[in-house]
Amino acid sequence: MAAPMLRWWCLGRRWVLACIDGGSRHGRGAAIGFTSSRKRGQTSVAQQPLITSQKSRKGEHEWAAVVGLEIHAQISSNSKLFSGSRVHFAAPPNSLVSFFDASLPGTLPVLNRRCVEAAVMTGLALNCRINKKSLFDRKHYFYADLPAGYQITQQRLPIAVNGSLAYSVCVGKKPSRVITKTVRIKQIQLEQDSGKSLHDELRSQTLIDLNRAGVGLLEVVLEPDMSCGEEAATAVRELQLILQALGTSRANMAEGQLRVDANVSVHHPGEPLGVRTEVKNLNSAKFLAKAIDSEIERQIHELENGREILNETRSFDYKLGCTMPMRDKEGKQDYRFMPEPNLPPLLLYDTESLPPGADPQQVINIDWIRERLPELPSETRERLIQQYGILPEHSFALLNEVGLLEFFQNVIKETRAEPKKVTSWVLNIFLGFLKQQNLAVNESPVTPSALAELLNLLDRKAISSTAAKQVFEELWRSEGKTPSQIVSEKQLELMQDQEALERACHTVMEGHPQVVMDVKRGNPRAINKLIGLVRKATLSRADPTAIKEILERKLSP
Amino acid sequence: MLGRTLREVSAALKQGQITPTELCQKCLSLIKKTKFLNAYITVSEEVALKQAEESEKRYKKGRSLGDLDGIPIAVKDNFSTSGIETTCASNMLKGYVPPYNATVVQKLLDQGAVLMGKTNLDEFAMGSGSTDGAFGPVKNPWSYSKQYREKRKQKPHGEKEDSDWLITGGSSGGSAAAVAAFTCFAALGSDTGGSTRNPAAHCGVVGFKPSYGLVSRHGLIPLVNSMDVPGILTRCVDDAAIVLGMLAGHDPKDSTTIQDPVKPFTLPTLTDVSKLCIGIPKEYLAPELSGEVRSFWSKAANLFESEGAKVIEVSLPHTSYSIVCYHVLCTSEVASNMARFDGLEYVLGDKEEEPLRTVSQNVNIGQKCHRCDINVSTEAMYAATRREGFNDVVRGRILAGNFFLLKENYENYFIKAQKVRRLIANDFVKVFNSGVDVLLTPTTLRGAAPYLEFIKEDNRTRSAEDDIFTQAVNMAGLPAVSVPVALSNLGLPIGLQFIGRAFCDQQLLKIAKWFEKQVQFPVIQLQELMDDGSSISEIEKLASVSLKH
Repeated sequence: MAAPMLRWWCLGRRWVLACIDGGSRHGRGAAIGFTSSRKRGQTSVAQQPLITSQKSRKGEHEWAAVVGLEIHAQISSNSKLFSGSRVHFAAPPNSLVSFFDASLPGTLPVLNRRCVEAAVMTGLALNCRINKKSLFDRKHYFYADLPAGYQITQQRLPIAVNGSLAYSVCVGKKPSRVITKTVRIKQIQLEQDSGKSLHDELRSQTLIDLNRAGVGLLEVVLEPDMSCGEEAATAVRELQLILQALGTSRANMAEGQLRVDANVSVHHPGEPLGVRTEVKNLNSAKFLAKAIDSEIERQIHELENGREILNETRSFDYKLGCTMPMRDKEGKQDYRFMPEPNLPPLLLYDTESLPPGADPQQVINIDWIRERLPELPSETRERLIQQYGILPEHSFALLNEVGLLEFFQNVIKETRAEPKKVTSWVLNIFLGFLKQQNLAVNESPVTPSALAELLNLLDRKAISSTAAKQVFEELWRSEGKTPSQIVSEKQLELMQDQEALERACHTVMEGHPQVVMDVKRGNPRAINKLIGLVRKATLSRADPTAIKEILERKLSP
Repeated sequence: MLGRTLREVSAALKQGQITPTELCQKCLSLIKKTKFLNAYITVSEEVALKQAEESEKRYKKGRSLGDLDGIPIAVKDNFSTSGIETTCASNMLKGYVPPYNATVVQKLLDQGAVLMGKTNLDEFAMGSGSTDGAFGPVKNPWSYSKQYREKRKQKPHGEKEDSDWLITGGSSGGSAAAVAAFTCFAALGSDTGGSTRNPAAHCGVVGFKPSYGLVSRHGLIPLVNSMDVPGILTRCVDDAAIVLGMLAGHDPKDSTTIQDPVKPFTLPTLTDVSKLCIGIPKEYLAPELSGEVRSFWSKAANLFESEGAKVIEVSLPHTSYSIVCYHVLCTSEVASNMARFDGLEYVLGDKEEEPLRTVSQNVNIGQKCHRCDINVSTEAMYAATRREGFNDVVRGRILAGNFFLLKENYENYFIKAQKVRRLIANDFVKVFNSGVDVLLTPTTLRGAAPYLEFIKEDNRTRSAEDDIFTQAVNMAGLPAVSVPVALSNLGLPIGLQFIGRAFCDQQLLKIAKWFEKQVQFPVIQLQELMDDGSSISEIEKLASVSLKH
């Protein structure tokens, strides 16, 4: 435990009491997603010194926080970990339950190959050592949504160990700097999901839905190498992207495919780690950082006031914005682990150890999976920077939204516009519209081709950028029309006829002698008024730069 | 006809000497007559008659499915049977009707076998007497045999005959009694520490425990997953081999079964035993071993030796630790396996007051187990359900098992027991590697005990005592078979056990078959069970039945 502490200590990460407010403010700032805080370059690193000096002279001591995470990712597979039942979100209650899932006596687990491959892929992507032999164990506890009275997991010898996850935070405003941090991964284990208990307070009954019971989970254990909510949230976000790139989990937090529990403790730097609490069920990205920061704040507050931290399980109350002890988890559980006798050891092979003549259906070759790993988010970002010369923070932004990168690449393919121009349009205008209407990329009324065509019109100066925005709005509203159609219908194309433009300028100058006089008197704003009048006269179809040029020529003495 | 072996009656069916329906009806009527034996918990009469009818149609069309087509069989009530109540002789599972067949049951049905019913056992197969089930004890058919009655008449307190009936041994006592009383031609038992071999020895039938992993456990309600094996009870070794041929092989639903395909086989007749090496483990000469059994054991060894086989004394030094080691491993797995019986799942119906039930009733699985009426809290309900549903033996084992699995005890008990288990298994490996083909041992310490005598000790004591020769085999996953040898002075059957190398089940049965032929174990004479004289004479004729192939 001393090692990780030293590490972040060297990095200069410290929690100071007052910093906590900053931390939780972050949580609020990051309400939409972590993108926004990154783009703005607001990180706790940047803010800490400021806040330190600002507040609280109460405790002279500095506090350091230690955060570790246990992340459960539902494996994306057609069937469950040990049974043939289908896996599907939001199916009618108890419609996806096999005899095994309901733990009918006499049923036995049969390991799903796809889930094992997903675990190996994830392990490789997270730089883990893949154990060629791993074991399954039973973890016992009585709960209504755990029909067997035990969960099959990998307690003693998990499938993957000793990995690492690199995540980046952008620091400072323009130009921002990308800092890469690493959190060690203790292990990845395969295990069963439980069913769901739905408490009906009104009729004081509990309803059980076993659709989720037995779905394959990857439990990813992150070492306590993080020191605040934002770091944890960023690491989780990176893991989410990796899982999605691999296709091993849909990792949608809202649908419960990614669930995070955090272990949080605080201590004075240089002293032993404090008593930790476990914050459970951080089921939305929105509240992850907030919950951790508020728990850190609470612990410091307790200690500052001479109280003790209990080793307990707490849950985050998003309405109150703080963590609360979980009543039903009180009392120490002894899970009475024991080897799962119905599953032989899980053996994996590499090309070297593959038994000759082995049936490919019966064995899993780690090397084969490694060779077929898709591009990981960090590699994609690097490629985008290299290939299109875009800014690092833009590479993050492009990956942060599901489908956005694909959209971007499809636009790039069909347009002559500069990649930087495309990036700007995709990240500012397109994404802005999506956010405003709370839509996903694949729900966008504007197709990549339409945006590409629009950018082409802009690129060859057929329309002004103001007109381009107008066309975009039109595209968003009325599906089915092409940008060219909109441009011609609304007569938005730029006037290419230099003579006509000259005439228009002349007419405006003649009609507004007072303004012309103002310009000549040296009023710098007067020319803009003239430009506006010409634009109005040309129904905004003239390029303001060209108008300005003509006017200046005509007005020059 | 009922007295014949499976192979003989199969030949009779093929030759049209009897139809499957006639055979089924004969068995059903005998089951009724022998109801007092309490061998069956459920008699599936309707299903059986329907299956027999279908079999008959096949025979008429000349499309018999094979040796098992139309053969009445029985299945221990801890194997799941689709649509037929499966109780494990426990209140916890009373009324539970599984929606699926155990793989072994399905395989038998696929071969055309006719299921007569589900046989009695100790609750959840925990016991060695078939005396500790929710449906009462099983009575040993030999209690009513001419052989035993004649010996007992010489005794002074002969008048109170009925209170003096004998236990069958267990836990597959119902299956052993069903086969011994001619109500079926083969029965499935289960064997975790000797539960097939022990009652087989007491009931004078063949009890075979296959190698662990040779036969699927899917659908067998577990006692100890790492030791459970479906067992086969028949009237001769050949029949056991026929049934094994139908059951053995990989099951995609049981990951612990062997991958290699196993083909059905006919057991060859061994004529020469001179190349065999028979091992006699010296540790099996227990002080409690009765003089009679000991003498049969040594006679058997002499028999092999006289026929030219090499008979040597061998050592299995860790044998004495087997029972205590088994106690830890068994109770631990029991604690785990019984956790699912919490009274919660799949309570169907419209009981609004139910504290917990499933959201929808889409899943037509039915209530899995007993539930109490308490609804103070979920925990209180768990506790009361389990107190009401399990007997003392089961609760005792759950309690012990949970103790051994506690974090502070795990290393000292469970891990140690696993290590000892490895040593015990290695003992066998060493002996077999030294050139021994099979081991010859007693199956039980003595003949079947009278019920009143047996229940003087508790279940735990009896299990520890009775599993002494059979239990180590389960630790090592080896095949073993108990073959009836002779009758004791009291006129009761005595069995001897052969233990083979892992997955050399056929070789083991081949030697057992040779031995069986030499000893000519007498047929049980059940005059008092049979009303009409014809059955008796049929049974007595048995020795003269010959095969016409």
